[in-house]
This record gives sequence, C-alpha cells and structure tokens, in this order.
Amino acid sequence: MPRGKIELSNYVESLSILDVEGNADEALDPMLEAQELRRLLRAMLTARRYDERMLRLQRQGRIGTYGPALGQEAASLGPAYALGKNDWMIPSFREPAGMLYRGWPMEKLILWWGGNEYGSSVPEGVRDTPICVPVSSQCQYAAGVAWGCKLRKDQAVTLCFVGDGGTSEGDFHEAMNCAGSFELPLVMVIQNNQWAISLPRKRQTASPTLAQKALAYGFDGLQVDGNDILGMIVAATEGVERARRGGGATLIEAITYRLGVHTTADDPKKYRSDSEVEEWKVRDPLSRFYKYLKRRQIMDDKARDLLEEEVAEEISAAVSKAEAFEPDVGEPFRHCFKTMPDHLERQQAEFQAYLDSISAPKKNRTDGRSQLSGRTH
Amino acid sequence: MAQLTMAKALNLALREAMLEDDKTIILGQDVGQDEGVFRITEGLLKEFGGDRVVDFPVAESAIVGMSVGLCIAGFRPICEMQFSGFGYHGFHQIENHVSRFRNRTRGRYTCPMVIRMPYGGGIRAIEHHSESREAIWAHLPGIKVVIPSGPRNARALLRASILDPDPVMFYEPKACYRAFKEEVSEAPEAMEIGKAHVVRSGSDVTLISYGASMRPVLEAVEELEEEHRIDVEVIDLLSLVPMDTETITASVKKTGRCVVVHEAPRNCGPAAEIIARIVENALLWLEAPIERVTGYDLILPFFNIERPYLPDSRKVVTAVKRVVSF
Repeated sequence: MPRGKIELSNYVESLSILDVEGNADEALDPMLEAQELRRLLRAMLTARRYDERMLRLQRQGRIGTYGPALGQEAASLGPAYALGKNDWMIPSFREPAGMLYRGWPMEKLILWWGGNEYGSSVPEGVRDTPICVPVSSQCQYAAGVAWGCKLRKDQAVTLCFVGDGGTSEGDFHEAMNCAGSFELPLVMVIQNNQWAISLPRKRQTASPTLAQKALAYGFDGLQVDGNDILGMIVAATEGVERARRGGGATLIEAITYRLGVHTTADDPKKYRSDSEVEEWKVRDPLSRFYKYLKRRQIMDDKARDLLEEEVAEEISAAVSKAEAFEPDVGEPFRHCFKTMPDHLERQQAEFQAYLDSISAPKKNRTDGRSQLSGRTH
Repeated sequence: MAQLTMAKALNLALREAMLEDDKTIILGQDVGQDEGVFRITEGLLKEFGGDRVVDFPVAESAIVGMSVGLCIAGFRPICEMQFSGFGYHGFHQIENHVSRFRNRTRGRYTCPMVIRMPYGGGIRAIEHHSESREAIWAHLPGIKVVIPSGPRNARALLRASILDPDPVMFYEPKACYRAFKEEVSEAPEAMEIGKAHVVRSGSDVTLISYGASMRPVLEAVEELEEEHRIDVEVIDLLSLVPMDTETITASVKKTGRCVVVHEAPRNCGPAAEIIARIVENALLWLEAPIERVTGYDLILPFFNIERPYLPDSRKVVTAVKRVVSF
C-alpha cells in the first residue's frame, strides 16, 4: 500500500478588528449604532467597577473568596451581546460581564460570592444557568441544552464558556465530541486568559492553539483577540448564526489575560512576573474601546464621567440590596426533592429543635450577640 | 395479565413511558440498533425512532451530563449505563449536577431523569461487570435509589421512577433479568417509591433484603420453615432512598430479631444504615443483636470462584438460626 497524506482541514482563522489603540479595521468593523456602542461601554465599565468593588468587599470581609474577571470583560460581553432572548448562555464562574448583560441582577452575583445560594436561583425570563464551579463540567449540560433545543426545533442556540484550564478536562472533550457528532447548535467560547491558577497556557496542552481542537471534533475553530469587543461580537454572531441555520457547532478561542488574581486566596507573584501583567494592561479591552468611541465621537470625557457616577450608584444599590438579604436558614430542606421524604422531615424537625435551642435567651448573655450570625443586635 | 421476565417487564415500562410523553428520551450505548446488550430496549428504536432512542458515543459522563442539559431544556431522559461498573464516569456529573440542580436553582431547573444500571454478580461476567455499589449512590443527597427484585415491581418501580420529578438511580439486578417470570398487568401500574413490601408475614424474625438477594432469602425461608420451624417475616426494601423506616421498625418491634442481607460489601454498606435506623427506633424491642449477611470487603472475584462470595440461602439460614437462638 502506498504511503500518502490524508487531506485534513488544517487551519483555523484568526480575527482581530479593534486594536490596542482603538483603531478598527474598516473592512471588518460591524459599525454598530451609537446607542448600541454606548450600551456596550456601559456594560463593560459596570463589569469592571463591579469587580473592583467585589475585591474591596472581600478585603472587608463582607463577601467570601472572590474570583475577579479583570481584563476579561470583552471576552464574555461580546458573546452575550450576540445572543437573543431565547438563546441560552451557560457560564462557568468568570463571566460577570456576560451574565450582567443577560439580565442577572447584580445583587444575585454579590449574594453568590457572599455565600448565599440564592445567588444561583436563575431570574425569570433569563435563559441561563448559574455560576458553575467544577471546571468544565458545564460543557456537558451545555451540550445537553443544545441537543434539547435541536430536538425541539425551537431555533435557540446555546453558548457555553470554559477556560484554558477547562480544555484539559474530560468533560470538555466529551461535550465537544458530542457537539460534532450530533451537529449541535452550540457555540463554545474558551476564555484563554493564559493562566489556570498557576499553570501557564503553554504547559496546559501541547496544542499550538486551543481553537484547533475543534478540528478533531469535526467543526471549525476561530481564534479571536478576546480583548477586542468588536471582534468578539462578530465571531460570536457568526457562530450563533451558523448554529441557528443548522450548521452545527463552533469553537471560539478568545485570547485574553487574567489581569487579577485567580481568586483572592491566590498570590500570582509566586508564579508570574509583574512585567508580563504590565504588558497585558496595555491591551485592556476597556481603554481601547473607549479610545475607539472617542474617535468616532460617540463618547467624550464628560459623558464618561457621568457614566462612572451612574455605574457607581448602580453598584452601591446592588451591594445594599445584597446585604439586606436575610437568608432562610431552613431552606435547603425544601429543595432537596420536590416532596420531602420521611427521613428529611425527621431531620428537619431535629434541625429546628437545634435552632430553637441556640436562639433561646441564655441567662448570662449580656452582649446581645446572635450566635447564628455573630451580628450584634 | 402476562407472564414476563424482568427484562420484558422493564421494556414494557419504558415503552409505556415513551408512548405517554414525547419528551421522554432513552439514551445509552447500543440501546437503539442493537436493542441494548441485555435487550431491555428491544423494539424501541423501531417504534420511536432515532431522535428518541439514541445510540450514544462511548462517554458515560456525557450521557449523564448531557441529560442534565436535556432536563433544563424540558425533556425527561432515561439514561442507560451499560454496566454499573462503567457508571463511575458519570459519578462526577451525578454528584455535582444531577443531585444538585434543584437545590442550586431553588427549583427553577430540576433533573427529572432516570439512570438505569445493571448491577450485581452471579452471571459469570468478566471483571468490572459484577459489583454492587448502591451504597455510594445512597450516600449522595438529592438522588433516589430504587432497586427492584422481580418483574412486577421492576415494571411498576421503573414507571414510578420515570414519572418522579427527581433524579432516580435505578439499579437493576442483572442476575434476575431472565431468571424467572411473574404476572405483570397489561394496564400500566406504578408503585410508590419509598414503600417496602412485606413479602411474607412472620413472627420469629425479620429478614430484610432487596434486589438479587431476595432469591436466596426466599430459598432460606423455605428451609427455615420446613426444617427448623422458624417463622420468618420477609421485607423487600425496594428502595434505599427514600427508605421505608416505618415498615422495618414495625416488623422488628413485632419479631424482636433481625437479619439484613445484601450482596454489596459490608463496610459502610446499606445494612449498616438499616441497622442504625432499627436501633434508633426499636432498640428495646430487640431480643438479639442484628446480623448482616453481606458481600465481603473485597473486590468480587472472577467468576471461577465467585459463587461462595455471594450471599446464598445457606449463609442466610445460619445467620437466622444464630439470631433466633441467642
């Protein structure tokens, strides 16, 4: 038998529209309307200021460990913008820009990081799933949602986020394989922020790009400058439209950078250089977008200052709302099963007796402290 | 009424569910064209088509994980793990999502799905095709664990499991798939999940078991009655989660003596939970320590030497006699 070559699709496209100076490629600029662009800026700024506020809240002990998405705003906002109301967005845990844009009340995200499961209860009218912690596991149910939409023939598209670290997990590969095999209406967006806690991208996989992993699963991959909001919108829109017309799945690799810590329990100085971070700060999605808007005379410094005030007020209101939330300590018993089985009824009664015993006034209590919350009355 | 094997009874329950609700989907390896390695899904691809009876790639984690997505999208998936021994790929998705989505989203998204797994030894199978790990599933909050023992309760419990709004691990004793036939009604029949069945009323000792172990238990009861004049009350648990504590307690309060039988290994096995509940509720009614007849804390050996490692009627008779003569 002769030795030859099997012709394969052996390239992925790359896309970049808005450069770091805020210049847009004229041929590729989607030329969105001014109102839309202002909305996007507002959304990006909100996500940035929200992250900064959350880091402060964590330092103050008002929320728990926090994982910021600083520098990654465009990578999740662009895809969220490309989705319709009937489409599904499946986040991991580093897409606050996308989630807020899709209609998640900010106080829910604050509640989640503040240790309240109520933050995972999806708002009515939002076709999304909540924050997912086990890395890449969301890829599987994302593929399942896409499959369900295909079976229902409801024209809805599912868009899923995963990180560069997540692409090493089996769940990613199984979901990708099924997406190709079943021709699912799925757009998989990899936020390649170059770091999976302390493991740099080049040690995560020998694959030269992450986008090319799609080829092995039978569909196209596209590598995009993830800090380029216009590029991300165009790329995600292409993938969404392809899925909607029955063309199957797309993989988008968004090249971005984790400007901040993995979480507040992490110290990046142990594994990466400050100079690398400085290099990437120059490529910030927010500053280049603002430069672009100024050049097109859609925004100016005065308007921006006004926007900053609005956003600050919005965030403060959300923080107040979140902090006013009183959790129902006994709620978990009611949500284990639809109907509470006997053993849980007994345990619930036991739990209630325990609660009663610790909230009963004690003779020597003079400091008025609640044992449950630690708060002084 | 018809005389059906468990395999045919399960097939009947699946067919009924597929006819009644077009959002029901069956997925698994070889369940369609090949009709399932145990023929449980016989005829279903032909009747319902490839969109609803899906031959899935070799990826158990995907079978389970994608089913969570199907549930979110409004479907009722029935997953098949070809053998329980391969189901552990799915453990991660079961622990992290199947069992949690209702609680996590405060009921906005739920997982009305069934994961069917053939379990247990005694069929001369190769490695990894014979173990019993129901205790692992029973330990996860948020999922139900149902284990039939015969054709009639298999059909009724599978029906109930499919209709249940919560996720159910449906553990099928493969040694019983074709071992015997039973009357199964033509009209659909469901059983309440969480109700044990008192198979036989008795006064001297309570024998509790489930699944494939019911057969050696019932064999032992014959010998105990005829040769030793011991009157045994037999309880078929039918489910580990929820477990029918009331029936077990009432029985032990009546007899004062108890033996629990299962194939699964002893350490932290289901018998331990059953006995803990009996002790919590009926300690002062006990006339003797409770005994367990179980698998050993070993990997079940390859089939050449498998048999003595499984509970049989001799082991059950020995334990009952000990408990009765304490």
